Amino acid sequence: MSQTNIPSVQTTGSLALLDAIVKEQVDTIFGYPGGAIMPIYDALFDHADKLKHILVRHEQGAVHAAQGYARASGKTGVVFATSGPGATNLVTGIADAMIDSTPIVCIVGQVFAHLLGTDAFQETDILNITAPITKWNFQITDAQEIPEIIAKAFFIARSGRPGPVLIDISKNAQMQTFEYKGYTPCHYIRSYRPKPIVRPEYIEQAAQVINQAQKPFIIFGQGVVLGNAEQELQQLIEKSGIPAAWTILGKSALPTHHPLNLGMLGMHGNYAPNVLTNQCDVLIAIGMRFDDRVTGRLDKYAKQAKIIHFDIDPSEIDKNVATHVSVWGDAKETLPLLTEKIDKKEHTHWLEKFTELNQKEYDTIILPELFPTEGELTMGEVVRTLSDMTDGKAIFVSDVGQHQMVVCRYAQEKIPRSNITSGGLGTMGFGLPAAIGAKFGAPERTVIAVMGDGGAQMNIQELGTILQYQPNVKIVILNNSFLGMVRQWQELFNEKRYSFTDIMSPDFVHVAEGYGIAGLHVNERSELKKAVETMLKHPHSFLLEIKVKKEDNVFPMVPQGRGVSEIVLTAKEI
Amino acid sequence: MIERKSINTYNMQKQEFTLSVYTENQIGLINKIAAMFSRRKISLESLNSSPSEIENIYRFTIVVTETETVVKNLVRQIEKLVDVFIVYYNTNEEIIWQQMALYKVPTLNIMREAKVERLLREFGAKAVVIREDYTVFETMGQEKEIDNLLHELDKYGLIEFVKSSRIAIIKNSEGIHKKVLEMEKNHPIPEHIHNEHLSQRNMIFDV
Repeated sequence: MSQTNIPSVQTTGSLALLDAIVKEQVDTIFGYPGGAIMPIYDALFDHADKLKHILVRHEQGAVHAAQGYARASGKTGVVFATSGPGATNLVTGIADAMIDSTPIVCIVGQVFAHLLGTDAFQETDILNITAPITKWNFQITDAQEIPEIIAKAFFIARSGRPGPVLIDISKNAQMQTFEYKGYTPCHYIRSYRPKPIVRPEYIEQAAQVINQAQKPFIIFGQGVVLGNAEQELQQLIEKSGIPAAWTILGKSALPTHHPLNLGMLGMHGNYAPNVLTNQCDVLIAIGMRFDDRVTGRLDKYAKQAKIIHFDIDPSEIDKNVATHVSVWGDAKETLPLLTEKIDKKEHTHWLEKFTELNQKEYDTIILPELFPTEGELTMGEVVRTLSDMTDGKAIFVSDVGQHQMVVCRYAQEKIPRSNITSGGLGTMGFGLPAAIGAKFGAPERTVIAVMGDGGAQMNIQELGTILQYQPNVKIVILNNSFLGMVRQWQELFNEKRYSFTDIMSPDFVHVAEGYGIAGLHVNERSELKKAVETMLKHPHSFLLEIKVKKEDNVFPMVPQGRGVSEIVLTAKEI
Repeated sequence: MIERKSINTYNMQKQEFTLSVYTENQIGLINKIAAMFSRRKISLESLNSSPSEIENIYRFTIVVTETETVVKNLVRQIEKLVDVFIVYYNTNEEIIWQQMALYKVPTLNIMREAKVERLLREFGAKAVVIREDYTVFETMGQEKEIDNLLHELDKYGLIEFVKSSRIAIIKNSEGIHKKVLEMEKNHPIPEHIHNEHLSQRNMIFDV
């Protein structure tokens, strides 16, 4: 189309920005105003009908909320923040989104262009600060760049392997009037290849290897969720009869109750998948990146197996684990091609091995964790009660630590995008704001934030966001009066020298009350079900502070520096 | 028989690799590229930025001493940067490479020494500036040649010395011209969304 025919209008940079955001079908923005982003907020004032802005209580909360929104909805999360401290407060969340491949676009204000580099009030070099933790970042100092750059930002954030994008807009560009010609979405950048070309010959090779396998094993990660390839994965698994296990970000890509879902990988994953990783003859990795928490010691990882790696990001192939066959591409495209070429099979004998080892884990760990009859409450039984009472259909947003591992191990999830947690970065304080974002992203679903007493105090100010906007978030704090995961390591590896891991907490129910959020204490097993029922039936947000066993440990465990098959069931084995 | 791409079969010896990074001309990109090395604690022995054979496409030439496994991973990480087109990595045998050096020597010392002329011829150097007080020589070549002349001129009271970063041409490459053209062929025709407000006076953004 010839550019000359396009009508134009005089508008400001701020309005052009909001128009771009509306055209990208964004309905929710998480943000916090400040001096350098005031022109954008002024324009936003007239757009309340199209753009819902959620005023958080701290910019870190805004990024985590946008992450929760993106992870629950599959859409791109949008964040507004001001220059200087506003922008630097985003850093942890941006790093979290980068390592967990979450599509978010952060718009931050910047001082007037003529003040750049003068140490002006609230000036920081946010581009260089965020360069290594963004998929892309850019500084706009001229309003004319806004339509094109914002289009690029959304395209880059959500395409290929998604990630965070930060756009820094100087105040003069926000205020500048220019000739606006409407919005052109971006589908192409000449130096950027979101997806590698799928090469059928490698799928053919992979199918050959899989068809000859006696003991094949599938391990999958978030790539399946990001590619919306849950159905395709299930079809592959069902046709091939291959048992499958997941990384914590891959959880809920396959329903927990599926007979071929053999559970969780990694440091606190299930016993059988860890042990059998070192016995399988073909290991098929799909959309996962062989993180050290999943592989344990690399020189003791699946050395006997042929490795097939499916990933959209070529830089993940052979990064940690050398492959025999690598299939580059989007799981949505590659998995059906593979399914077509593999033989229908059942691996009964091989599956028996899993059942056998599962039983061992069940007797030693799961049974006492989930169904104790005496003593203090365990985290496991709380989590299982929550998932049972929501029929496995709730979104679990966990924070970081022991309770996170317990949620990933014991929450049963029937629907994709039900497990939202900070996997790669392990950001304490992620849980509450991410749950708020998740509720805005999936308003029809029950959202439960599960936190420890440590993490709960690390973004507790976001209770104010709940007070103001009333997203119906169920908050469960598992209080063991310790920074539990570090304490566990101190117990196991530092001779119980509990160096600064005993933590005092306020009465969380009282704190919630101050924010107008109802809540209950649970101290006894007998109170649990009733309290959960009250929480779920309550029409608004609700907080449960549950007192759990103080010095409980998460097991099984692959101790650091050991191979996955050296996983231990009890502390005695370490 | 499908072989595992065992990391052991790669050359585990550290050696010099020259990376050629083709990029858009984007402010700040050099920091993003440099950070790829610094976060892995790999030092950049030489870094040069220049235009390439295609207008508006820039070329960074980087020298590192690392194992091939490390370099290969690094190359893929750099290629992942949105504004980077492609990265090639080559051993010294696969490239033609040069560096340039300038030497400032007191003219009096040079004049007194009869051997200087032979020395310069031997090292392929030439005089760029000859003044009463000093003379500046220039030479082009590889590290060894430049260093040899440096040691030689040191004897004549060398005042100042500077060496440029490495530039390199890959022996068997066809450049990236064709590659970029191919990429641009896939460019979908941009679809312009009219701003629906533009035709409605009352909906036009109030400035």
